Amino acid sequence: METDCKKHLRLSGLEPLVLTPDSNFVNVGERTNVTGSRKFLRLIKEEKYDEALSVARDQVEGGAQIIDVNMDEGMLDGEKAMVKFLNLIASEPDIARVPIMIDSSKWHIIEAGLKVVQGKCVVNSISLKGGEEEFIRQAKLVKRYGAAVIVMAFDKDGQADTYERRIEICKRSYDILVDKVGFPAQDIIFDPNIFPVATGLEEHRLNALDFFRATKWIRENLPYANVSGGVSNVSFSFRGNNPVREAINAAFLYHAIQHGMTMGIVNPTMLEVYDDIPKDLLEKVEDVLFDKRDDATERLLEFAETVVGKDKVDDTTKNLWRKDPLQDRITHALVKGIDTYIIEDVEEARLLTTKPIEVIEGHLMTGMNVVGDLFGSGKMFLPQVVKSARVMKKAVAYLQPFIEAAKNPDLPKEGVGKILMATVKGDVHDIGKNIVSVVLACNNYDIVDLGVMVPPEKIISEAKKHNVDAIGLSGLITPSLDEMAFMAEEMEKHNMNIPLLIGGATTSKAHTVVKISPKYSNTVVHVNDASRAVTVVGNLLDKNSESFKKQIREEYDKFRENFLSRKKAKEYTTLEVAREHKFYIDWQNSNIIKPKKLGVTIIDDFDLSLLKDYIDWSPYFRSWELHGKYPDILTDNVVGEQAKELFAEAQQMLQRIFDEKLLKAKAVFGLFPANTVNHDDIEIYDEKGNVIDTFLTLRQQLKRREGIPSYALADFIAPKEIGKQDYVGCFAVTTGFGTDELVKEFQEKLDDYNAIMAKALSDRLAEAFAEYLHKKVRTEYWGYAANENLSNEELIKENYKGIRPAPGYPACPDHLEKKTIWKLLNVEKNIGMKLTDGLAMWPASSVSGYYFGNEEAKYFGLGKIKEDQLVDYAKRRNIPLDEARKWLNPNLAED
Amino acid sequence: MKNIIQELEKRILVLDGAMGTMIQQYKLSEEDFRGDRYKDFHTSLKGNNDLLSITQPEVIKNIHRKFLEVGADIIETNTFSSTTIGMADYELEEAVYDLNYQSAKIAKEVADEFTKKDPEKPRFVAGSIGPTNRTASMSPDVNDPAFRAITFDELRVAYKQQVEALIDGGVDLLLVETIFDTLNAKAALFAIEEVKEEKNIDIPIMVSGTITDASGRTLSGQTVEAFLISISHIPILSVGFNCALGADQLKPYVSRLSRETSFYTSAHPNAGLPNAFGEYDQSPEDMKLLIEGYLKDNLVNIIGGCCGTNPDHIKAIAEVAKKYQPRKLNVEAC
Repeated sequence: METDCKKHLRLSGLEPLVLTPDSNFVNVGERTNVTGSRKFLRLIKEEKYDEALSVARDQVEGGAQIIDVNMDEGMLDGEKAMVKFLNLIASEPDIARVPIMIDSSKWHIIEAGLKVVQGKCVVNSISLKGGEEEFIRQAKLVKRYGAAVIVMAFDKDGQADTYERRIEICKRSYDILVDKVGFPAQDIIFDPNIFPVATGLEEHRLNALDFFRATKWIRENLPYANVSGGVSNVSFSFRGNNPVREAINAAFLYHAIQHGMTMGIVNPTMLEVYDDIPKDLLEKVEDVLFDKRDDATERLLEFAETVVGKDKVDDTTKNLWRKDPLQDRITHALVKGIDTYIIEDVEEARLLTTKPIEVIEGHLMTGMNVVGDLFGSGKMFLPQVVKSARVMKKAVAYLQPFIEAAKNPDLPKEGVGKILMATVKGDVHDIGKNIVSVVLACNNYDIVDLGVMVPPEKIISEAKKHNVDAIGLSGLITPSLDEMAFMAEEMEKHNMNIPLLIGGATTSKAHTVVKISPKYSNTVVHVNDASRAVTVVGNLLDKNSESFKKQIREEYDKFRENFLSRKKAKEYTTLEVAREHKFYIDWQNSNIIKPKKLGVTIIDDFDLSLLKDYIDWSPYFRSWELHGKYPDILTDNVVGEQAKELFAEAQQMLQRIFDEKLLKAKAVFGLFPANTVNHDDIEIYDEKGNVIDTFLTLRQQLKRREGIPSYALADFIAPKEIGKQDYVGCFAVTTGFGTDELVKEFQEKLDDYNAIMAKALSDRLAEAFAEYLHKKVRTEYWGYAANENLSNEELIKENYKGIRPAPGYPACPDHLEKKTIWKLLNVEKNIGMKLTDGLAMWPASSVSGYYFGNEEAKYFGLGKIKEDQLVDYAKRRNIPLDEARKWLNPNLAED
Repeated sequence: MKNIIQELEKRILVLDGAMGTMIQQYKLSEEDFRGDRYKDFHTSLKGNNDLLSITQPEVIKNIHRKFLEVGADIIETNTFSSTTIGMADYELEEAVYDLNYQSAKIAKEVADEFTKKDPEKPRFVAGSIGPTNRTASMSPDVNDPAFRAITFDELRVAYKQQVEALIDGGVDLLLVETIFDTLNAKAALFAIEEVKEEKNIDIPIMVSGTITDASGRTLSGQTVEAFLISISHIPILSVGFNCALGADQLKPYVSRLSRETSFYTSAHPNAGLPNAFGEYDQSPEDMKLLIEGYLKDNLVNIIGGCCGTNPDHIKAIAEVAKKYQPRKLNVEAC
């Protein structure tokens, strides 16, 4: 019956606000405070509550995550005003969605406020000022009303103004709250007093530094407590000099956050972006904040005067950035949230680009990335980002008609697909989502945009209602990650069968792959920039999308396997349990087809040029460190030119290889009767049914989720006890005879470039040959897919029935299996391919593997196995345990 | 307290069904409602279901018995409206202590009969604490949004009276239910804490909110998560949802709740949505299937029915609940 387990400060209005260690600084709106805002005081005094409410609304819209309400003014009935204003807020859902901070120095006003708010508020504040007894009484009530509390560093002797007094009072308050009152530690927020700096008084020299140190101490020594403060106070002595005040506030806030301040009352209009504080000013400000030199205050004052002096010519200095290059101006406008010139700048950019959409993808996104980086590193905060977003929206809105007009007239009139876009529950950020929506819409997709804070059940019902082709989820804050994973789970539960796209600043491929995609059996893709969204969605909705989906899934499976194997604390099952959870094929109804030609077949001196269309070019570019998919890579913005050049030269060399017959292709393969025995072994029979050899397969042991099988290749062959004859094949192909000579020819000419290309091409040809041969086997020699009719592209994407896994690769990391293949096919004698001592194939450009024909056969990664399987394997292989360990070492899990 | 936690660790507990639906079947007259004690009362009392605990205790006991017979582990006292605020409509404010005390007493008697028969399956009585018919954070007057028909302190005082009498009458736990305004519930929780402190006792509290419609929010506008945060300051036994929706419409919200809370969870949905005549016509079999979805997804520790659910529904629910393991407490989330 713990009330708290994950000890995070949780607050609520109509919606929740949770402060996790990953949360950015929480910004408390301060305009609805009669002591701080003369305007608000006037409105309350004159009972202009409508206008007073719009002050609150502006705050929330401007990014305040909590609003502070204070009615402490001598001429007001504070209790009445507090109750009335909070009651009014309760009827305004767009304000009431955020938690309230009930701010008063009078306990009766605080209590009156607590009685009218349904959400979990923050009380601002209580302290030991009135003695321990009163402190305990108030704290107990705060807890019973269900609020968090700000505790001022204040006791009977007054406000704490040194480091020692601060930590002493905070520690004492904390111990009383936690031990005597049973107050949840995460609901305690300390305000260790922010005092003005550079006042000229000697005793104020450490005002900022002591606050930083006390903050750090609290965060390190008082578990789960948060720290807050009123920031503007720090620059109080520079009233009238806004540039300097803004710089002090920004620098102070930045360092306070670095020291552990989690929330605070900040006036966003009185805040410079930390990185934009002029370096000379910043240096002097930080000298003061950190008390770095005796004359720090004088130097800042002196400097401040020059800044004041410039106030008159402010307009010209302020607009100096207008002379910067276009991109700098756009970035500046976005970072500063200045929308005055954005239309003219965007127009200028539009005239410079061929397509208006490029302004969004290029100029504007470049600027927004800077905003994202600054936000991510704590140098900008939410209200400023909201301002940036407004500028961005204005720019996009201006461009929209041009984008519409520039739509490709060749595209069909009706939409090419319908995409649902939503920012997930709990998150309000939609810049990225909106950009992706615009970009997709420009490519003729119909967009169903559900906006922000969309709960999962709504996403699912709307997706069904609109019959969309894919769902795109976006989020910026960390909790959104969990929400997305949950969403995937829900989609699975609802048997949805459309792809899910994940995007947004906090999302990552790793998270998508590890946490989201396993929860959903359809495709999940991480797409983190708008321009890639079009290609991805295009591929997903294409009629041949299955191969793309399969490719994504395999890529993700591999990524996940690698990612997970990095982590040590992993759970495994015993081999016995893994075998119980094997992949079951319904053999009674499975269509087993007997190969047309059983036994061994040799292909000697094959015409290489037949392989030209079977080449998968993407890995070729990868071998040159150019990343991207063929053929898109040829038109890629960044590497396109280089890719084109490489491709052209490859074509030339290929032609030469074909014409001069520089390389020789040979192959041998065999198809045999076979059955699985003892779970993991595949027995191979001759025509009379005698066992001629056995393939040993390895089984996954990584602990799986309920219902996910532990695979071994043997699962794809009918077990002997079923009584049905099944079949298996194996092969070895090479295009590598001649490669060494060719490479040598270039090396002698010191032409490394062509040497690498020769090798790369030779490898590609070997793969192409394996692909070609597999097709021949499927359609002719074995013939189980006689009617197969796939394009070359589909072939490359392995969009066919059956698999051809290779020893030494993820499904079968055991290189010793090559020996069995060599023996069965008599490879060396038949075509001259050899195995080295280390079981590498010679020539290098070679491929060997098995053929599994069952339509349920699929690729998987073995992952790590445990000692029990190793022991079992050594016995089956009939080799000493140490030898088995040597061969399987990379796949052994550490204990 | 220990007792019910032990049971919750072992199995999914079944809560009873609707009291009002059952009472309707007796077709009681004005005289029946008045009984001896109020035969000369100056105003009509027909329809004051809570009063039957005093004037027709056998009827109420029989209803409790029917739910216990089909396997309910927890029965609710007949006190949904037994506060001075709820009884003001019948001018029966003075009867509030008796109403709660008697309701608790008769429910406890019947529950004890069943526990005695089968000590392996102990039965519990939950003191039902309804929302009252007024809201503390919403104005009933559209022209005056700052107006409130009831205050926190008025609610707190009323709830305190109810809670004291329920505890005196012997309830095993308290159930703050059908919460459509979280501020009302906070007043009830505040009152319970006061009583606990004054009597120096501890008693498990179940809290059950109401999601009014497909907006996924309470009537007072809170999301599932905001509601949860707003009532989690008190160490409660369980949190859940009831009323307003059928099991299928309610499920996504229970699922979100279950994911976020460290407390045990409960759900007692209506027997579907009302038909054109305002009747609930979802069959026990249909409801059972939907409830099984909750159990399969491991969403709840306590499951029962609200409006329109009779002993047949509870029987069906109890049957299917037996087949599943209880939801494990969520130590990671909150």
